[in-house]
Amino acid sequence: MTDDHTYDVVIIGAGVVGTAIGRQLARYRLRTVMLDRCTDVGMGTSKANTAILHTGFDTRPGSLESALVRRGHELLTAYAGRAGIALEKTGAVLVAWDAEQAVRLDDVVTKSKANGYLRAHRITLEELYRREPALGGGAMGAVVIPDESIICPWSTSIAYATEAVGAGVELRLGVEVTAVTRDADAWLLRTTSGSLRSDWVVNAAGLGSDLLNHQFGHDEFTVAPRRGQLIVFDKMARPLLSSILLPVPTERTKGVLVAPTVYGNVLLGPTAEDVPDRQDTATTAVGIHGLFDAARRILPDLINEEVTATYAGLRAATEHPDYQITTHDREHYACVGGIRSTGLTASLAIAEHVVDGMGAGGLSLAEADHEPAVPHMPQLAERATRAFEDTRMIEDDPAYGHIICFCERVTEGEVRDALRAPVPAVDLGGVRRRTRATNGRCQGFFCGAAVAAQFASG
Amino acid sequence: MSRSLVTVDALVVGAGPAGLAAATALKLGGTGTVLVVDREEEAGGIPRLCEHTGFGLRDLRRVLSGPEYARRWVERAVACGVEIRTRTMVTGWAAPGRAEMTGPSGVLEIDARTIVLATGARERPRAARLVPGTRPSGIFTTGQLQQWVHREHLPVGRRAVVVGAEHVSYSAVMTLRHAGVHPVALVTDLPRPQSYRLFDLLVRVGLRVPVWTRTSVAGVYGRDRVDEVLVRGPDGDERSVAVDTVVFTGDFIPDNELARLAGLSIDPGTRGPACAAGGATTAPGIFAAGNLVHPAETADVAARRALSVGRAAATWLRQGGDRTMPGATERVRVADPLHWVVPNMVDPARAGDESVLIRSRVFLDHPHVVVTQGHRLLASYRLRHMIPNRSHHIPSDWWGRLRPGQDVLISVSPRPGG
Repeated sequence: MTDDHTYDVVIIGAGVVGTAIGRQLARYRLRTVMLDRCTDVGMGTSKANTAILHTGFDTRPGSLESALVRRGHELLTAYAGRAGIALEKTGAVLVAWDAEQAVRLDDVVTKSKANGYLRAHRITLEELYRREPALGGGAMGAVVIPDESIICPWSTSIAYATEAVGAGVELRLGVEVTAVTRDADAWLLRTTSGSLRSDWVVNAAGLGSDLLNHQFGHDEFTVAPRRGQLIVFDKMARPLLSSILLPVPTERTKGVLVAPTVYGNVLLGPTAEDVPDRQDTATTAVGIHGLFDAARRILPDLINEEVTATYAGLRAATEHPDYQITTHDREHYACVGGIRSTGLTASLAIAEHVVDGMGAGGLSLAEADHEPAVPHMPQLAERATRAFEDTRMIEDDPAYGHIICFCERVTEGEVRDALRAPVPAVDLGGVRRRTRATNGRCQGFFCGAAVAAQFASG
Repeated sequence: MSRSLVTVDALVVGAGPAGLAAATALKLGGTGTVLVVDREEEAGGIPRLCEHTGFGLRDLRRVLSGPEYARRWVERAVACGVEIRTRTMVTGWAAPGRAEMTGPSGVLEIDARTIVLATGARERPRAARLVPGTRPSGIFTTGQLQQWVHREHLPVGRRAVVVGAEHVSYSAVMTLRHAGVHPVALVTDLPRPQSYRLFDLLVRVGLRVPVWTRTSVAGVYGRDRVDEVLVRGPDGDERSVAVDTVVFTGDFIPDNELARLAGLSIDPGTRGPACAAGGATTAPGIFAAGNLVHPAETADVAARRALSVGRAAATWLRQGGDRTMPGATERVRVADPLHWVVPNMVDPARAGDESVLIRSRVFLDHPHVVVTQGHRLLASYRLRHMIPNRSHHIPSDWWGRLRPGQDVLISVSPRPGG
């Protein structure tokens, strides 16, 4: 065992939560490494979700999730502004479609207040249809949540990882932990690419967090993967709505919503299906048709627009109604599990909470000499001035004047940058998540080969 | 650096066969400056990527390969004095008649007295067809496959299913063979293939590639790479086909984004801009040509019809180019099972000089095609057959008998299944 493989902290899982913890640890004098078995960051629940930055208005009052979502909303809103992560404060309207749901709207407002979010309020049907003229007929009442926002989920994990890596945190991708043992003073992790020792281990393994937790001798929760299928509609559908359209939530799920995306599309979903397989991200005919049925009521014109993409993600639900975050001080092991569907929103607050807990548990948090630098992420927001329309950028570098992905207007310069970034794209999916290339309505009909060729030639 | 502004008499968006033909006709019709812009590296459009022969029969009266054909049209346009700018993409409209674009020289705006949209069509990709499953690599459209193979020379796979059995599906089979990929089968949910009998024989008998009819793709699966396609046969049975590649062919949809952003009315059948004969849209001064209007015809049909669009645009300019004149309003509609008609707007000022294209969603034997306006029978034609995904021409002599103020309906009788 060489010194090269000895760390103060190993984070297993480089999703939005793991990378946020890596970023948080980067401000201390620690030797930290983030591991993930995937070849990019943010590849599990972090990449396939509804991309909403929640206020936490509908979380369970008094829960850890409620506190961390509220704090996370504030932290990530500020961070997105500094790092250039696409974010739009569209607000949300929660719509009741029958008398039974309408009765519960006052409870929604009350619960929101109990969660410390005071700006949710009822609006009249007249106000609702003025705000959302394309909304389906027959709404029975509505609540507005003005601070619900939409965000780019991909850039968030990548920004955290980029900041962490810039401050000296190591990132090892495509590495799976195969065995965990402990000697007198450290954890010993055997992985698919060598062994490493670490004083502390953070389990941020998302859908695999319970299985990993077993390897550390703990058994507080079991992940029951819940699949959410989603449909992305063409940008031509974007004028149909101005806010996120939410249903009245039930105990089990937040329900099917329709939301704009920061890329200028419209998202419909998710389904909520318990699936046995932790990797089953297939869409199904039943799921897709169920979503279309929901859309017929919520936003009838939507179904006449073209579908750009369908996908499914798994959320790490457990048998508990709250996050499962535990710091085992004596063992120097922190487990961050059960982060369900609010992990993107809460990520920065979860990281604060976990690192504070580790500090209280004995991890030395001596500040590093330099504060980590916040990275500047490529501009992916449809509403912002992107490279292709930025005269100054093109003047400085004509590669930004060469659009190679037509539907998403991605330039050769942006694809090149994604391949050379501190946390670079290592495959076409990575290029897609960093630039939007091939993500548009043609799904590669025009540009797929050109993007692949630029990737192949580096 | 501020945006530069260029003023031209005519701007043509898209340098495929239709755009180049329209530009040529504009120039020959006496138009001053005619500029064609295209977002691709080279002008010529989709035929550049079709290595096989068979182009040019109906417009250039010779048989050429796709790239040769594309080159001929580029040469012809340039020889007439048309200016072509490639790598230049129109991204939106700064004002009516003023296009915003990005090109090698940066961001610019072009003010044009008339605009011809010739942005073409694309094949519906897998997601838009709502085919469930996972999202592995190995899923193509024909357009993507052809660029993958002929332009970038990238490896494809070993065994493929081709979804569709229309003209372009056979083109996909040829490209797969060229790339060393074994086409396992063509799959169509229709009862018969829809291309020429000769192509069908070549593929089924010559290459021994079966066509599975009344069969649909029920799912595509695989983790990193496609490993299985689930097909549902005529009896509803599903079975798994082991392939690493799927090519979704045909099912064309116009690239109508610029048309919609310009506020043009969209035809519900074609999903391209609604057009009268001569390509006039609902916005005076904006014309549309090619597969944006009729998704999708062969290149020679698109080019030949685009010539008349270019002529109409030139005439409009010669007559003063008044944008305040009202555009066409009455529609030409189709009744089920007809899919679409082009032209699909009535322009009483013009007696159409081109045939009317109609398509059916189903196979019809000896259909009786009836054209009515209100209770008036304008024309009726007996066709030998109608084949889905292929256009059938009916004469346009009834344009002269139209009355203003009323939509036209084209239907077939007897209704199928009756």
